[in-house]
Amino acid sequence: MRNLKACLLAATVALATLPSFSAFAANGDTLKQVKERGLVLCGVHPARHGFAAPDSKGVWEGFEVDYCKAVAAAVLGDANKVRYVPLSSQQRFPAIQSGEVDVLARNVTANLSRDTALGLNFAPPIFYTGTGFLVRADSGVKEVKDLDGAVICMAPGSTTERNIAQIFAARGLKYTPVVIENNKQLVDAYVTGRCDALTKDKAALPGVRAVDTPKPADHVLLEGIYSKEPLAMAVRQGDDQWYDIVKWVVYATFNAEEMKVSQANVDAMLKSDDPDIQTLVGTIGDNGAKLGLDQKWSYNIVRQVGNYADIYDRHFGPSTSIALDRDLNRQWNDGGILYGQPMN
Amino acid sequence: MSLSSSSDRGSSRRSQMAGVVYSQAFRSAFYQVVLAIFVLLAGYYLYSNVVENLCAQNIATGFRFLSEVSQFEIGERLINYSARDSYFRALVVGLLNTLAVSGVGIIVATILGFTVGIARSSSNLLLKKLAGCYVEIVRNIPVILQVIFWSVVIRNLPPPRGAVELWGAGFLSNRGLTVAMPNTHPSHGWMLVALVAGIILSIITAGFIRRRNDATGKHVDSLWVSLLLIAGLPLLVWLFSGAPLGMSIPERKGFSFSGGSTLSPEFVALLLGISMYASGFIAEIVRSGIQATPRGQIEAAKTIGLKPWYITRYIVLPQALRVIVPPLTSQYVSLSKNSSIAVVVGYPDLVNIGNTVMNQTGQAVEAVAIMIVVYLSISVVTSLVMNFYNRLVAIKER
Repeated sequence: MRNLKACLLAATVALATLPSFSAFAANGDTLKQVKERGLVLCGVHPARHGFAAPDSKGVWEGFEVDYCKAVAAAVLGDANKVRYVPLSSQQRFPAIQSGEVDVLARNVTANLSRDTALGLNFAPPIFYTGTGFLVRADSGVKEVKDLDGAVICMAPGSTTERNIAQIFAARGLKYTPVVIENNKQLVDAYVTGRCDALTKDKAALPGVRAVDTPKPADHVLLEGIYSKEPLAMAVRQGDDQWYDIVKWVVYATFNAEEMKVSQANVDAMLKSDDPDIQTLVGTIGDNGAKLGLDQKWSYNIVRQVGNYADIYDRHFGPSTSIALDRDLNRQWNDGGILYGQPMN
Repeated sequence: MSLSSSSDRGSSRRSQMAGVVYSQAFRSAFYQVVLAIFVLLAGYYLYSNVVENLCAQNIATGFRFLSEVSQFEIGERLINYSARDSYFRALVVGLLNTLAVSGVGIIVATILGFTVGIARSSSNLLLKKLAGCYVEIVRNIPVILQVIFWSVVIRNLPPPRGAVELWGAGFLSNRGLTVAMPNTHPSHGWMLVALVAGIILSIITAGFIRRRNDATGKHVDSLWVSLLLIAGLPLLVWLFSGAPLGMSIPERKGFSFSGGSTLSPEFVALLLGISMYASGFIAEIVRSGIQATPRGQIEAAKTIGLKPWYITRYIVLPQALRVIVPPLTSQYVSLSKNSSIAVVVGYPDLVNIGNTVMNQTGQAVEAVAIMIVVYLSISVVTSLVMNFYNRLVAIKER
């Protein structure tokens, strides 16, 4: 009896003094943890060709993978110090909320409810796209109104489900959704003809057509973009310093392209006389100290990963299998809407 | 005790205390209470920790989101629903889909399981071995693989344009099974009422016939009367409402078919997968039930000249059911839980819809809590119904 009592007492004390376990990020915590760990934990798409997918040797590559690398280059000075955490669309928000990843670069569309109700902060969009449709070339479908009554395959948990409902309702059209989480099963359902169309962000569809369909020529992308999908990196609310870092990593890649500082010429640019370029490559100014980073942070991004054009062309450029027109993703002075805030 | 003097009151109270402390009843109650307090404390700790953290991260909490507009469509639904309805209604659509596939799955699994189970205990060697093979195959392949297998088989059926025609009554294609259905008619509701009335009446007459049989010693089988009542009453209603014969015949149109009713590939794949898997276990349960009837009783029944059907119905089944029903309950419960594999093939069940709701609102804790409560309720209700049935077939000790 006495034993039992002592045991109960100990257990009660233990329970009462348990620290409340928290994933809440206080200002400065994330940077400290990343530096201690020596690794950036980056949440990425498990298999979206062009954005993030392991290659045949299991090495991660893609547009968003490069942005994970850019964060690592800026924070740790080494673009390879990243651990990629593949996340389904269901898992991605809990993963960033709980602190399982430091930054989410996983085809996330920035919008108001995610910014607020999910407790996230969005860095500037790195890729502007919209809902697109992949259909069979022999189906005769040329635009969305030809899809009246069609069965449409889509992934759950994305903004796509909502956009499709709006696109079809606005045009007075009917459709039947088939919602499958597993990407392989989803694409398979479209390829075998269960669905008349596959819908995803338009930027993701060329990758599906090139890699997942047995005969890419049998499938066409519908012209036009039917919704706004600004894809952005997300961090948790509550750590403003980390949010600033991710935000300025993005602007650094924009500004480098605008100033024509690329991976190829960045070392030559160290001798530039232009104060803007000198600030970017870190020969003058104290931007690094302001962000809590090394003075060479933006130089490291461009040197190790590249400017926006380097990153874009590596994955969507004309020489790749999924060549995509840059469209809105050009610099503001070139007809696009990428506009890096000044780094002074 | 009340008579004890003041001098030894203290010691007697102590011994009384000791008596209570060392009593079996007090001890077991004490442990239970302590355990309950710990479970509650741990639960409260987890709950407050979650709420505190969600607040700290500015993540919305609570169930207010249920009344917001869902803004997404659902492919299959048993009630009216559109993207303008609330999240709550979307979840109800998912729940009904779960109930539909589990309900039909339980019926299919029971019929398949009983058939195979009886075949397994048959004296025909070929039948016996075939049934054995079936059981070993469906029981030993993970249910998720079976569901994917059926979904792949169905997807590789011809597309709507080359659909297999089923004698003018429907089509089989990779869009599912589309069959002709009677046009909706006001008499259908009344036919349903007549069906229910028929079932109730047949139970009453069966009881009456049994009492009469017991009293007179003659044998009248109530089965035929019951069948006549159950099938006949709805048929009568149909005849009296003018025998409406209008049928909605499916035809190829647009991307697939118009008219008729369609069982979607996702529904069929999930149904086949989960009910065949369960049927393997049910078959074994049925076989064990049948074999639990002592051989001597069957031989005795043969000796007094009972026909095989009577032996099955009056000697074997009543005793077998006692063995069969309790494990059958857990098969039904696990079948309804297995229906959540729907997410793999894209059938819009509760989990599938819940995932979408979770993603659109970001309220994972609430959405998962709803799913837990619903599955728990389904399982508990299934168990309660089956336990009630078990009490009906169990040995009545008088």
